[in-house]
Amino acid sequence: MFLTRKAEFSASHVCANPAWSAERNQAVYGNNANPNGHGHNYVLEVTLTGDPDPVTGMVFDLRELKEILNREVVDPMDHRFLNKEVPPFDRVIPTTENLAVEIWKRIEPQITREGVSLHNVRLYETGDLYVDYGGKR
Amino acid sequence: MRLTSRYRFSASHRLDTPALTPEENQKLYGKCNNPHGHGHDYVLEITVDGPVDPDGQVVNREALDAVVRERVLARLDHKNLNADIPELAGSVTTTENLATLVRKSLTDRWTLPARLSGVRISETARNTFELEVA
Repeated sequence: MFLTRKAEFSASHVCANPAWSAERNQAVYGNNANPNGHGHNYVLEVTLTGDPDPVTGMVFDLRELKEILNREVVDPMDHRFLNKEVPPFDRVIPTTENLAVEIWKRIEPQITREGVSLHNVRLYETGDLYVDYGGKR
Repeated sequence: MRLTSRYRFSASHRLDTPALTPEENQKLYGKCNNPHGHGHDYVLEITVDGPVDPDGQVVNREALDAVVRERVLARLDHKNLNADIPELAGSVTTTENLATLVRKSLTDRWTLPARLSGVRISETARNTFELEVA
């Protein structure tokens, strides 16, 4: 069975490689490269897979899942400038793809346990653009 | 890593097949068979799949948008699917056939580094059709 929990956070970022010219950054990242940054209301959907526990009837304790998402993602990222305030995005360009990988790295070890694993991280940058990441394949 | 981008286009159509009588068409397609056609605000989702490149992207957003705009949106938006789209002449303009046409329009000359992996079209918020790309 799959279980999906949603969380939201709002943050600013800029996608630009400091080693490149402004023109090259604009060509690769479009207006995401605008130097002073801009923001999004990110929507995160985390999907776990496992069988319901025969005693509790639950795949995973939803309260614990909420706490993990708050601690690892929402609290450190909400209302922050990702490049300036949320490592590793001082060194890693905070594209939606890289953000999804980072979220996976942060939460996967805390979710994986007997009979339960993290299946997918879906991150919406806007209502019209999202990425799905299922870990290293 | 998969990336999905959503687009919109508006078009009219009428479902009718010459293989059936007018009565049979009306019975099969119901309101969708009304003689003068009708329209929808279609929502198109394109999914690409591939490794994250050194720039941190699966695909360049503007390059993907340009391909979808040129090959799909420019040809379908504010058109009559029965009258204006030569590839659909002779087939019923169901969203199934429309999704198949969109997939073909994209795969025929696909040059982006990420693989096209899915085409999804919602005719209305209640009806969605999804095609995987092998």
